[in-house]
Amino acid sequence: MSTPFYVSPQQAMADRAEYARKGIARGRSVVVLTYADGIVFVAENTSRALHKVSEIYDKIAFAAVGRYNEFENLRIGGVRYADLRGYSYDRADVTARGLANVYAQTLGTIFSSVGEKPYEVELIVAEVGRTPDDDQIYRLTPDGSVVDEQNSVVVGGNADSIGNYLGQRHQVGLSLTEALRLAVDSLARDPNGGSPRTLTPEQLEVAVLDRQRFQQRKFKRILGSQLGRLLDGDQSAEADDEDKPAATSE
Amino acid sequence: MEANTRGTGRLPAAFLTPGSSSFMDFLAEHSPELIPGRRSLPEGLTVEAPHGTTIVSAVFDGGVVIAGDRRATMGNVIAQRDIEKVFPADEYSAVGIAGTAGLAVEMVRLFQLELEHYEKIEGTVLSFEGKANRLTTMIRGNLGMAMQGLAVVPLFAGYDQDLDRGRIFTYDVTGGRSEERGFAATGSGSVFARGSMKKLYREGLSSQQASMLVVQALYDAADDDSATGGPDLARKIFPIVSLITEDGFRRLSESEVSGIAHSITDKRLEHPNGPQAPLI
Repeated sequence: MSTPFYVSPQQAMADRAEYARKGIARGRSVVVLTYADGIVFVAENTSRALHKVSEIYDKIAFAAVGRYNEFENLRIGGVRYADLRGYSYDRADVTARGLANVYAQTLGTIFSSVGEKPYEVELIVAEVGRTPDDDQIYRLTPDGSVVDEQNSVVVGGNADSIGNYLGQRHQVGLSLTEALRLAVDSLARDPNGGSPRTLTPEQLEVAVLDRQRFQQRKFKRILGSQLGRLLDGDQSAEADDEDKPAATSE
Repeated sequence: MEANTRGTGRLPAAFLTPGSSSFMDFLAEHSPELIPGRRSLPEGLTVEAPHGTTIVSAVFDGGVVIAGDRRATMGNVIAQRDIEKVFPADEYSAVGIAGTAGLAVEMVRLFQLELEHYEKIEGTVLSFEGKANRLTTMIRGNLGMAMQGLAVVPLFAGYDQDLDRGRIFTYDVTGGRSEERGFAATGSGSVFARGSMKKLYREGLSSQQASMLVVQALYDAADDDSATGGPDLARKIFPIVSLITEDGFRRLSESEVSGIAHSITDKRLEHPNGPQAPLI
């Protein structure tokens, strides 16, 4: 039996981080930003069925980039965690902070265990509060770090350049139309300085956590014609369907 | 009981194992002690616990109405005057419960979660039949306790989005499920409520007429069944009436039900037996 090569722990971790980062950088980005009535999630995603943005619990949503099977697994784990916790205690006891901690532990353990390959995913866990000050956004990286983000955050390929653009232009108290416009503009930019692409509603997956909804569940997908009208700058589309019960997505 | 975090704080393997979209299945595997009906009672012992009584439901043009009285009894004692027995199951369905109140309320919580969990995992809602079948499974799981006197007998009503109409299902203690035409009732006062609705029900009712119909039926049930409570005008405790249409679940406000209850009690001062159907 030959002697295995010695690899320093620093090098091993750096390799793992590099591996995960490359996997994530291949995918398109997801943008999450706050607006006056809540938090909006915008992803470039042509699939109608395979979501990058999903509901976890009453006020908590999840967005992810990277390998689909890995983040889908984490999403389902999160839904099970939230539902079990809400059932054992009370719905109010399910929080984004708790969920982010569990995800961080899970990702961190996988990242540093020798037997497993690191997950190539980056996650966002967000919770809408009663007021804009209570909104919480957490970003989780493959090594299990948690970053408490304010106002806006981007994950995925080109996250740096999109994040800079967004960070400079985002303001507190945007309307949904303005926030969506800004998110789409930032996603459509060419990082190499070329002319921006045009993103149609069919290429976008948009959802909100809207604190103004009277239902207990604040998550809502924005689909089809309503999305089209919002992108065209039609302010009246913001209130769409709000006096009706949430069409149970889809 | 703790939802997560054994050892490292990492999600346990069961949470990340691909599997069923059912929360009940997950619970059965991970925390079976949390499933209602899983507990065993000592042999031959009967437990006295508050019981909920009458639930009524009727189909109208474009939806279904479901209503329940507010009384819970324990033997011949009124245990609670303002208990709630009608709950939204999801956006398009509701469940009304008769039987052992404590168990029934727990069963409803789990049923609500079961539907919501499926919706979140699958990204789509269960079919109406699928929802009704999940409830069957839960009642069947409670059979052991039902045989010792702790039965739960729900009524499931909702708007079927595939068929575009209201539908009602009733259950027996063994989980036997039957779809009802037009109207249905369950619980101790149900014989009287059903008799009342049989005479008053007709096709093509509006939602207002159907709401009036179910409150009339509850009044008649309370009239003859001591375990069913009528509208309590003095304490302002009125039946819970909920409508489910293609716009979803809506519980009538207290003032709306108060209006219906007052108009019925006013009329009953003149005709104690209520509205009369033609002899032939």
